Amino acid sequence: MSGDGPEDDPRSPLDPLLDTPRREGLTGTAPADRYKPVADPELVTTPPDGRPMELQPAWRTDFPVDWPQDHYVERRDFMKFMILTSLAFAVGQAWIAAMSWLRRRRDRHPELRIARIDEVPVGGAIEFAYPEPHDACVLVRPREDLLIAYSQRCTHLSCAVRPQVDRGVFHCPCHEGRFDMETGRPLAGPPRRALSRIVLANRGGAIYAVGVEERTI
Amino acid sequence: MRRPFSRKQRGTILAGMLAFVMLLVVLQLWLLSATMNAYLGGDESVIWPATVASFLCLLLNGGLLRYLYKLDGTR
Ligand code: FES
Repeated sequence: MSGDGPEDDPRSPLDPLLDTPRREGLTGTAPADRYKPVADPELVTTPPDGRPMELQPAWRTDFPVDWPQDHYVERRDFMKFMILTSLAFAVGQAWIAAMSWLRRRRDRHPELRIARIDEVPVGGAIEFAYPEPHDACVLVRPREDLLIAYSQRCTHLSCAVRPQVDRGVFHCPCHEGRFDMETGRPLAGPPRRALSRIVLANRGGAIYAVGVEERTI
Repeated sequence: MRRPFSRKQRGTILAGMLAFVMLLVVLQLWLLSATMNAYLGGDESVIWPATVASFLCLLLNGGLLRYLYKLDGTR
């Protein structure tokens, strides 16, 4: 048999002989259209290009993906993932709040004698640790009348900054960050926050560290 | 019970909710980075208000998630 009738269409889901006149019932079946499913608009699948099923490649009938439902499920899962992200952000926020509360409870700034004023040469620097033994700091004297101290921890990723007194900057060798020596503000490279300043006090010709001043800019 | 909305309607509702959720998540991300910067800079004043705001966003998102389950669950 040849021709373009539905019986030649390999995608036709029904045996065409079942529906030929006088054959109904012979095989114990009813006319094929009796059980033809009524399309529920909720269950009709639309191929991604929107063309009817007859114009789709044959393989699509073997993989009948319900595209509208597929899109719906994709978006639903994405929304759930976003809400999980939202939970993670809220937990992060709570963590910062807890850390800040702990920091406030622990906050103590003991007095620490660093050096006598005449032990610091003009254009020189002295390293010390404050407030804890692992908190490296540096005291610099860029001019005769200026003594200034900062935490050495770079505000980018915590490498130790080094004073370059002749250039008036602190240099961070990790990512070429630079900070102004007089203000501690970032000048170049990735750092965005100023170095923490160590509050100094002059007690009878000796320099003491008495506090830490952190700054957002 | 049939769903109160057709598939197409549910798709539209979901798209709207997703847009809202994205907006809230971006807001939370901004809050988190600003708060971290403030914390590292020693500024404690913004930390608690930002934490409350972030949890409010989470609460709103949780409400939308509940509605999503309701939207899917009725059949
Ligand atoms: S750690 Fe200092 S610039 Fe990156």
